[in-house]
Amino acid sequence: MHPAFSVIFLTTLIGAGQGLFLAMVTGQIYATAGFLPAQESRFQAVGSLLALLLLVAGLAASFFHLGRPERAWRAAAMWRTSWLSREVIVLPIVMVLVFAYGAAHWLGWTRPLFQVGRSLPVDVTLLLALLGTLASLALFLCTAMIYAGVRFLQEWQTPLTVSNFILLGAASGFMLAAAYSAWVGNPLVTFFGTWAVILTLAGLASRMAHLSRNALITHRSTTQTAIGIRHAVVAQKTQGATGGSFNTREFFHGRSIQAIDRVRIVFLVLVFALPILLIGLAYVTGSSSLPILAFATQFFGLLAERWSFFAEARHPQNLYYQSVA
Amino acid sequence: MTQLALVIDLNVCVGCHACVTSCKEWNTSGWAGPLVDRNPYGAAPTGTFFNRVQTFEVGTFPNTETVHFPKSCLHCEDPPCVPVCPTGASYKRPDNGVVLVDYDRCIGCKYCSWACPYGARELDEQQRVMKKCTLCIDRITDLNLSERDRKPACVLACPASARLFGDVHDPDSEVSVAIRERGGYQLMPECGTRPSNHYLPRHRTVMHIDPEALTRVDNPLRKEDLTAYTGEETLDDVAW
Repeated sequence: MHPAFSVIFLTTLIGAGQGLFLAMVTGQIYATAGFLPAQESRFQAVGSLLALLLLVAGLAASFFHLGRPERAWRAAAMWRTSWLSREVIVLPIVMVLVFAYGAAHWLGWTRPLFQVGRSLPVDVTLLLALLGTLASLALFLCTAMIYAGVRFLQEWQTPLTVSNFILLGAASGFMLAAAYSAWVGNPLVTFFGTWAVILTLAGLASRMAHLSRNALITHRSTTQTAIGIRHAVVAQKTQGATGGSFNTREFFHGRSIQAIDRVRIVFLVLVFALPILLIGLAYVTGSSSLPILAFATQFFGLLAERWSFFAEARHPQNLYYQSVA
Repeated sequence: MTQLALVIDLNVCVGCHACVTSCKEWNTSGWAGPLVDRNPYGAAPTGTFFNRVQTFEVGTFPNTETVHFPKSCLHCEDPPCVPVCPTGASYKRPDNGVVLVDYDRCIGCKYCSWACPYGARELDEQQRVMKKCTLCIDRITDLNLSERDRKPACVLACPASARLFGDVHDPDSEVSVAIRERGGYQLMPECGTRPSNHYLPRHRTVMHIDPEALTRVDNPLRKEDLTAYTGEETLDDVAW
């Protein structure tokens, strides 16, 4: 598949935004449980604003993917059958909940509404945190299922696509939370950094499983099934156009196999190895700039990871477009 | 229920591209606006086509067969492109089973083209919406046309009659009989899309010629026979 930068930025930006929101919620829940000192509301509010900005940036990037962006509102129509339509509905819901969560913290709506058991006071922010978490996970699912749901694109059609999107998005979000804490001098750097490393390692396991699965994949469709000629040797001579077509532009990455291999190594280093190393160094040295560098490295790596995700997918329609003339 | 479709006879197709040009001519001048042509007279012309003829070589030289393979939307009975469309612009007509795109509702997100294993959909660079074969829906449903003209442009153009058009759900239609009796098959059956368009397979055409047929032994005129007869009795002169 041709990796479109609009979609690469959409999925990585909203992934980081959702992850950052989940990090803010995790911090609050730890504080509620008494494992962490309560954060000041300003920290949560600004963090949520940052998450909202990432979600808005992702949404803006997605418009560049559309041929007719002025009709984008129509995309909410077919939510019964289309994961893309479901994503279009869930994304604004997440935005509203993230905004409401940040606003509730900013306005200090933390007076408990009711008490669950003896030790859990429930306030508006905790309810919004719960709803926002559910919506964020639903959005991860919708985004990933857009790809995992294309049933004959075998590189994508696996639950590993969903786990990759969730784990890598969450990892980058927690990494950003660590960077943000380091920036404002909040002592939660270690807490968020530890979670970021755990999620990055889980993402590494999931992505490596995905890579090894795809390396061994046998494609169901062949040139023989594509044109229905039962002969071992079938070679394409013409494809009906000499100057290329939509089919040759949209479904081919146009790079060499060596370039694909290089990008794969680059993203494995930038997404997994370097950020973990940098967070470890930050833990040892107490540096406040290393977590920021760790997030920047991982985010750039995720752009390469998403590029690779597209480039690795071999669409069956390519069987009809193997040779020009 | 009616399911209109094409049946393409690969044994007859000569790869002349008449179906391609007639399709382009009809649909670029039709109700849905032009099909874009970029750089049409330059080195790398590109544009939107609903139908393309591809050529495949089967076997190893010198024992090869050339197969011309016309490819357009197969109007699947279970079209994977329809449920993925977020706007509902892609739909399958309930009355005749033709898969169509509502160009006024399409947002050009290209998701349907990802969902099609056959590469049958093309984004029009000028109108920025997804386009595909309509089976000439404006011809085949136009009751002002005579019965013989109510067919897709490609079918009417084919000089070899390699393209049949009809209702594949009617067991007595020309297309159903052709599929049944001449081994009609579907493309990529493993995808589970149940294409309505079928292809009739190539046959191995062998003409047996022995030397006696060339020299016309049995021909009483024996034009090639340069034997000078000197009155002796030959086998042909004997009548048992």
